[in-house]
Amino acid sequence: MSLQVTDLRVYYRTLAGDVKALDGATFSIADKEIMGLAGESGCGKSTLGNSLIRLDGRMRYIGGSVNLDGADMPIWDKDAMVDFRFREVSVVPQYAMSAMNPTRKIGKMIGELVESRGIKYAEIKPELERRIDLVGLGRDVLGQYPMELSGGMKQRMVMVISTLLDPSLLVADEITSALDVSTQRAVAETLVSFRDHGFVKSMMVITHDVSILYQIADSILIMYAGKLAEKASTATIINEPRHPYTQMLISTLPEVGVRYKEKKLTGIPGSPPSLLKPPTGCRFRARCPLAFAKCVEEPPFVTVDTDHQVACWKATGTDA
Amino acid sequence: MLSLDRVSKSYRVGTFGGKELLAVKNVSFDIQPGEVVSLIGESGSGKTTVGKMVLKLLDITRGRITFDGADVSMVKGSAVKDYYRQVQGVFQDPFSSYNPIFKADRVFSMIKSEYFPSVPNSEWSDKVEASLRSVTLDPAGVLNKYPHQLSGGQLQRLLVARALLLDIKYLVADEIISMLDASTRIDVLNMLADLKGRGLGILFITHDLSLGNYISERTVILRKGVVVEMGATDKVFGTPTHPYTRALVASVPQLHKKWEDIEAELAPVDTGTCPFHEAYPLAGRSAVPAPDEPTLVKVEDDHYVGCFELDSEKVKLVA
Amino acid sequence: MSVATKSDVGSQEPTVVGSPVEEVPAGKARGEFLYFAVRSKKFLFSIGVLGILAILAIVGPMLDSSDPLAYNSTPMMGPSADAGYWLGSTLNGQDVFAQFANGLRATFFVGFLGGGIAALVGMTIGFVAGYKGGWVDEMLNMLTNIFLVIPTLAVLLVIASYLPSDMRGVPFEAIFIGLTSWPWAARAIRAQTFSLRNREFIDLARLSGRGGWKIIMQEIAPNMSSYLFLTFILLFGGAILIGASLDFIGLGPHEGYTLGLMMYESINNSALTLGLWWWFIPPGVAITACVGALYVMNVGLDEIFNPKLREL
Repeated sequence: MSLQVTDLRVYYRTLAGDVKALDGATFSIADKEIMGLAGESGCGKSTLGNSLIRLDGRMRYIGGSVNLDGADMPIWDKDAMVDFRFREVSVVPQYAMSAMNPTRKIGKMIGELVESRGIKYAEIKPELERRIDLVGLGRDVLGQYPMELSGGMKQRMVMVISTLLDPSLLVADEITSALDVSTQRAVAETLVSFRDHGFVKSMMVITHDVSILYQIADSILIMYAGKLAEKASTATIINEPRHPYTQMLISTLPEVGVRYKEKKLTGIPGSPPSLLKPPTGCRFRARCPLAFAKCVEEPPFVTVDTDHQVACWKATGTDA
Repeated sequence: MLSLDRVSKSYRVGTFGGKELLAVKNVSFDIQPGEVVSLIGESGSGKTTVGKMVLKLLDITRGRITFDGADVSMVKGSAVKDYYRQVQGVFQDPFSSYNPIFKADRVFSMIKSEYFPSVPNSEWSDKVEASLRSVTLDPAGVLNKYPHQLSGGQLQRLLVARALLLDIKYLVADEIISMLDASTRIDVLNMLADLKGRGLGILFITHDLSLGNYISERTVILRKGVVVEMGATDKVFGTPTHPYTRALVASVPQLHKKWEDIEAELAPVDTGTCPFHEAYPLAGRSAVPAPDEPTLVKVEDDHYVGCFELDSEKVKLVA
Repeated sequence: MSVATKSDVGSQEPTVVGSPVEEVPAGKARGEFLYFAVRSKKFLFSIGVLGILAILAIVGPMLDSSDPLAYNSTPMMGPSADAGYWLGSTLNGQDVFAQFANGLRATFFVGFLGGGIAALVGMTIGFVAGYKGGWVDEMLNMLTNIFLVIPTLAVLLVIASYLPSDMRGVPFEAIFIGLTSWPWAARAIRAQTFSLRNREFIDLARLSGRGGWKIIMQEIAPNMSSYLFLTFILLFGGAILIGASLDFIGLGPHEGYTLGLMMYESINNSALTLGLWWWFIPPGVAITACVGALYVMNVGLDEIFNPKLREL
């Protein structure tokens, strides 16, 4: 087990009160696993990803534990996390284009970065160059400024930098959403190749685009309104989802080949609840066509099959 | 009918505007009433520029756009208002489409003050409510609210409702659902498709092939300002012929088909000698003057492709 | 400033859907403005300070009708209500309160007229240049730059030497300041307008058949209202300060009396070393209070104008 997250809660401080953006998450990622994390905006998926890296000023750790390769990560302690960040857990941020200092040449910036971690640039340079070749960038990028690179190139460059110290876990946050389809595919496939080359042990790919996950992820975790809804292997999530939210979400996605004339898709009526004062019980209750009396109690996130967890009374068969 | 006839748009760049940058080149297609035409392209393809030219928000450099036969560029002064009575647009970012300091329903009162100043208020609010219902919005839930109090999907529907208050014949929808969440975007898309029933012609601009495929009757694929393939949607997606279209179709992430499998179905076309293809070894520095862009060739009924490689033999192959 | 940043829907997290919003009583925009205005402490405070100063400027000269320049009292007398000299007298025995009241009136006048003219010119040029773009923008930009590099002082020296002295009153000073201090405002407003012009709601207003001028006044300007107000405040304060410095080097009005002249004379007559604090403190405090209150008002108005800030 590479990553084990137990009952993690992270709230956002606002003037109106705490927004319960991540309200109890328990899951694990195995070695070599690429886990996709999907859900609509505001479901807490980015909060979950960020909390493994760095809690920003508005985020408040409430409880829970994160264990990476047998060691507990003190995610509530920004300073103690310095030892883990980049070495053990690394991130490719959503706007990788702006993640690089525009006034520094890329090579110089990487030098400063690794030396801040006590590693000599000269020692790591051969490996760096090997990986730059691997992602199909020329070695001369090290002498260039970030603005000289296109969006897709920057994205790949940031991926190389983030994984340079072979971290155990890589968090990729919406890294393909701003890209064109052709670049999107190249970036997504680079992620897979990093795992295959052993640059990272496991990966968490956060996106709102489930079809990208179908292409690259081994398993998919679906979140809804700050809670985990369902986790299973990719094929199971796409073909036999158990949670009504997952089922409806998958069925709303138009695919090449699906035509309005022939098969009219429908959305999910209603909108997610406010996370300031979330409703008790199942948070999907108000939009759920299957909701029944039991749903006023909160459904636990339980295993229903091998590597398949669901938080739904109907799916766990305890509706009797 | 709204038709584009060899429409080009160029920008002057560099010192004293010495260089000409072509954003759109010789784009021709038309939209019939009651049909959705999707204009598909990646960023920088010029798709938004085409939409803005149709909406007269940008001037046309060369070529003509005609609306029921009348040249749109010639529409000036008070006639512009008449044009907008019939041709309207909705844009990508729902939040940037509203003036943030005013209530969202101000988009309706603006229409009233410019187009229906003499309609009594009670009659007007009936009209607004009817229009809101036709885009499946509950008037009580959206009127008298600020933009940030509404969801992206509600805001985009409000804008469509705004357009419907006029007697529009054509709607330019520029990436209107790309910023919406999965659970609501399909409803907005369906609502748009339902408008066809009213005889509305829609120019659906998108980067997402699956959306274009879902909603439109005809598809135009734009690459770097040039139309590379167009025709009936089922034909363009059924037998994608231009190498660029094939590459696009192959890279779209699908839900039930892996990339490798799609690629296996769409064997790549050899494009080694095409001066427009990036793989062409001398691209940009060829000593041989590049020919004009390939003209669109009819490969089958209602299916046109612009590719030099498409000699008569290959045309037969696809047909 | 109140120009809201483009919100990125995809990355908005956490989204507070259906957040409770303070109910706004039904009514027009003006009623709503008042509703929030009377609830803003900042706004009420600044209005209070400005109100007091304005009343002083209007009523002061009526209360004390003595000539501010007449030498009719014991020199260097401290403030004394019994003697009828509320703020004492100057080195030469002039009534400080009379000077202060008259000076405040003139200073407000210079601020309003000078700042007003500069704001009007700056906004017009900034809006037109930013909205129209193209060659109109280039021409106006050139004009702005020319005005920006004109040495104001040299021009004023030349004008002063040719202008008959009976025309060099406070109004002339105000107009001159107004016509020379607009360029930076024009540039700042042009930049703001330019960024707003590319927002989609401007395109939508055009699609609603709105003309350019209406779009500037009804779509762009309200979005920058607090920014425009800040511009006016800075121009207002600037006009007061420029006026004072012009007075200081003898290019000030030959008719009338201003707070700048008052401070100039007090310093010139060693009020600081003689300890005549009642001579220079009141004009200094008045200028500071006036500009400071306008600044606080700007912050308060930002909260009133911007519905997003209201809910915090």
